[in-house]
Amino acid sequence: MLKTSVAKKITMALSGLFLVVFILVHLGINLTLLLPGKETFEKAVHFMATNPFIRIMEPILFIAFIYHIIMGIYLELTNRSKRSVGYAKYDGSAVASWASRNMIWTGLFVLLFLIFHFYNYYIPFKTGHVESHYDLVTGLFDKWYYTLFYVLAFIALGIHLSHGFQSAFQSLGVPREKCLRFLKISGNIIALVVGLGFSIIAIYFYFN
Amino acid sequence: MKLTLKIWRQKSKNDKGKFVEYILDGVDGDMSFLEMLDFLNEKLINEGKEPVAFDHDCREGICGMCSLFINGQAHGPDKLTTTCQLHMRRFKDGDTIVIEPWRAEPFPVIKDLVVDRSAFDRIQQAGGYISVNTSGRTVDANTIPIPKKDADRAFDSATCIGCGACVATCKNASAMLFVAGRIGHLARLPQGRIEAADRVQKMVAAMDAEGFGSCTNTGACEVACPKGISLADIALLNREFIKAHL
Repeated sequence: MLKTSVAKKITMALSGLFLVVFILVHLGINLTLLLPGKETFEKAVHFMATNPFIRIMEPILFIAFIYHIIMGIYLELTNRSKRSVGYAKYDGSAVASWASRNMIWTGLFVLLFLIFHFYNYYIPFKTGHVESHYDLVTGLFDKWYYTLFYVLAFIALGIHLSHGFQSAFQSLGVPREKCLRFLKISGNIIALVVGLGFSIIAIYFYFN
Repeated sequence: MKLTLKIWRQKSKNDKGKFVEYILDGVDGDMSFLEMLDFLNEKLINEGKEPVAFDHDCREGICGMCSLFINGQAHGPDKLTTTCQLHMRRFKDGDTIVIEPWRAEPFPVIKDLVVDRSAFDRIQQAGGYISVNTSGRTVDANTIPIPKKDADRAFDSATCIGCGACVATCKNASAMLFVAGRIGHLARLPQGRIEAADRVQKMVAAMDAEGFGSCTNTGACEVACPKGISLADIALLNREFIKAHL
């Protein structure tokens, strides 16, 4: 079944939606950073690190990430090969949104961010002895260049989701006639919440 | 009006091809885009030069023969319009117009602006039909009552003229809207339901085999389609595909 282009698209949609759920949970945890005191965030981190359900989901999440990235790059490369002689003049903005035409670039930028994010947090969290997760997380945003890079990545992620969310439901065959408005609006809200939510945290700790 | 035309010229399938610039004076706003090309060709023939080859037939927007990528857009700048329905009044005196053939691996250029769209025929033959006994005891299709809403939606999908603008404009050179039009036409009718599962699998396989790209739901096809085939048909295709595998 995975041989056909349509099947590949369906798996991109499913893995993408799974990642959206993860990102929303992640944002929920991170927003506790803005609460007074460090305890709520520490408790949330402890809960995530010890909860058996989350432990089971972690490797699945890894697989979803790797699959979504590799399949995304593979599809982009094959799609590009379908037009070896390009147009001298191509007015892409007349027919489709910027977000939809640049999924690969917003996606690759988020991938670049992920590599840094792993280096900054995931590896220290997992291997080192962390005194305070709160201090480790917020300490990074003392540096302006990390704050800027993270905020840019969150914007890229927001743009990626603004097309990706509703596109996933289209790939899964959700009747467009009935749900299009709802999906477009909810996709944009999720994109905005994710993009702004993470950015606010980074900017808040840069100034505090 | 006086126009500068940058037209793709290619002698044959294997020729490399290049843009050639023509200055065309005396173009009337009431000419259709194809009549403007006829006008250019007359001039070229009179000068003893090879005329520009381009596809055309009915010239009233229903046959699906005309194509052309005009200033970066399939069938030119107007919505729900084929190239033959585009008129020169849409352009201004002194404009430069870039005219290119459809670009996609499954649509090889045969000559100048003419591309081979037989890939669409092969996808159609893979499943874009219903099997009916025509031995003489054929039941009239109208004896089966069909809700007006379904009949109308099926007809909307059936208005696809197979021009290939969807492929030409898609950044992935995907033929999903074309295939979705076929699926959307037949899947909504009782006669088409019988072979629905088989049809969607065969047509998707044929589409992939022809070397079209995969759909990323940018929606460019829907905007470029001269017949307004809806992206909702692609969602329906995906739904039918999933159903066929469950």
